Amino acid sequence: MGQNDTISEDVKFSTKTDQYEGHDYYNLDDLLSEDHLLARDAVRAWVKQEVSPIIEHYSNKAECPTQLFKGLAEIGAYGPSIPTQYGGGGMDEIAYGVIMQELERGDSGVRSMASVQGSLVMYPIYRFGSEEQRMKYLPKLGSGELIGCFGLTEPDHGSNPSGMVTNIKDDGDAYILNGAKMWITNSPVADIAVVWAKDEEGVVRGLIVEKDMEGFTAPEIHGKWSLRASITGELVFEDVRVPKSNVLPNVTGLKGPLSCLSKARFGIAWGAIGAALDCYDSALRYSLEREQFGKPIGGFQLTQKKLAEMITEITKAQLLAWRLGTLANEGKATPAQISMAKRNNVHMALEIAREARQIHGGMGITNEYPVMRHMMNLETVLTYEGTHDIHLLITGMDVTGLNAFK
Amino acid sequence: MKFLVCISKTPETTAKIAFTENNTEFDTSGVQFIMNPYDEWYALVRAVELKESLGGEVVAINVGPASNDIIIRKALAIGADRAIRINAEPESALGVAKLIADHAKDEQYDIVFTGKETIDFNGSEVAGMVAEYLDLPFISYASKLEMEGQTATINRDIEGGVEGIKVDTPFVISAAKGLAEQRIPNMRGIMMAKRKPLEVIEPGDIPAPVSVVKYELPEKKEGVKLVDPENMDELVRLLHEESKVI
Repeated sequence: MGQNDTISEDVKFSTKTDQYEGHDYYNLDDLLSEDHLLARDAVRAWVKQEVSPIIEHYSNKAECPTQLFKGLAEIGAYGPSIPTQYGGGGMDEIAYGVIMQELERGDSGVRSMASVQGSLVMYPIYRFGSEEQRMKYLPKLGSGELIGCFGLTEPDHGSNPSGMVTNIKDDGDAYILNGAKMWITNSPVADIAVVWAKDEEGVVRGLIVEKDMEGFTAPEIHGKWSLRASITGELVFEDVRVPKSNVLPNVTGLKGPLSCLSKARFGIAWGAIGAALDCYDSALRYSLEREQFGKPIGGFQLTQKKLAEMITEITKAQLLAWRLGTLANEGKATPAQISMAKRNNVHMALEIAREARQIHGGMGITNEYPVMRHMMNLETVLTYEGTHDIHLLITGMDVTGLNAFK
Repeated sequence: MKFLVCISKTPETTAKIAFTENNTEFDTSGVQFIMNPYDEWYALVRAVELKESLGGEVVAINVGPASNDIIIRKALAIGADRAIRINAEPESALGVAKLIADHAKDEQYDIVFTGKETIDFNGSEVAGMVAEYLDLPFISYASKLEMEGQTATINRDIEGGVEGIKVDTPFVISAAKGLAEQRIPNMRGIMMAKRKPLEVIEPGDIPAPVSVVKYELPEKKEGVKLVDPENMDELVRLLHEESKVI
């Protein structure tokens, strides 16, 4: 659908120039390679050109800018660390991180569009799929010809995915899939879904479900105050016949979906820095322009406290993400380390959004500035892909060896 | 066809400008550098477009130190096939033009592109000097370039209008806004750029007829005074008493 057709006359696209500049207090750019810097600057330029002028409009209307799916593919934001012969970018994990950072600098919803496609759809097919499945789906997912989504969470099973009730039953050359998934990014517009379900022995298996399979629907979830420019829905399966050739052959058990989530959480740990940087950048600029009592509010100690703490926390988060990236490149990043970075960096970003909102005063609640949108988005990011609390328990279990989940 | 695109490194547009060495050198500390936008958005992209439609090769050339490699990689990511860096500090337009011409004279380029100016020193000199060294026609401020066989149809921006001209290859052209549209390199291009050749050559003799005596910053602009449209008397008073123009 041409989204431009749906824009009403009275809603104007932003005419404000996106003045964002990156902030690198500890010269961490020196730790990045040429590819990382080129990738980051390219995605930053793309966001300024394609996302910034439209994002407030779509977010305000709670509408997904679906035209960006193609643009994200063209820039190479889907599966940048998947090999090129499978439609990815053949880059390393830090490149993936900086791309997610720049996308989320634009909007967490736009970053979600890309990280679902890359980490939760392309990655499991690449990692666990047969060669036929890889060749059938991955190039088209990489080019944006197909859009995918990922079904793990259920209405009654969020933090506890092992309790899932979605199931498959053997029926000759196919499985019969029943159940429902909830909070699925991209699901109403997706062509395929990577769905996790239990077989008759209770073992979790991954399946590729295509949108035209009978009995499969993906209704949209409305009324979100967060990630409003990203489309979210359910996946409902009523006796859906899925050919056995659509089962991911190379994984059984929850480690399948959890390894995908590790990938996505890694991207979020970087992405959240982007949202924080945008809030800080806007707050810093505003604090130098806005005058009260005869001087810029940036000259007052309480504003400086906020700004100084923001850049300190951003710098710490950047270091955490960079180190996590180097570990991931060496194949040594543990899920618990990824949890720590996701939890820390998202919380950091949310706190910075709140402080930045205060610096903007009343203007901070309007869509003249990006901070309130980031803040509302980050409320989702705080609990999706593992809640803030669950990630804490993962760290707790990792350091004590004791399981506090149940 | 064979295209040479001269690319230059300039400070990012929002960089804070300061000087060192008794105001004789630009202070680069804390300054981010980019590819000169006229070189990147217009000259390079038009050369790549012509190569894509007519075939051939785009070579990017830069005069500068190894720290310039990142902007050269960006040119390769956008679509240049290979690159040459002449390992010398670009100290004067004449020196840069001579080094570029030294390379180009035996290479049979059909078109040598530059941006119309760099956004730091705004000299607009290198292209004309390259043309002179190579004894080729020079077309400046080009906002449109179409090829038919060996003949180019070019629009030049001139004061208040456009001049349409025709010229046969080889020639030197400087690119103005409108010659092409900015291309953002994608991840595939960035990865392919790593495998494209970047040849570093040492400079020959560099003429250095100019030395910098002093840089000065323009005086700080005073803040703007807003006058209520209903209050014409105040406007007249300000023009009369403060700016003293009436």
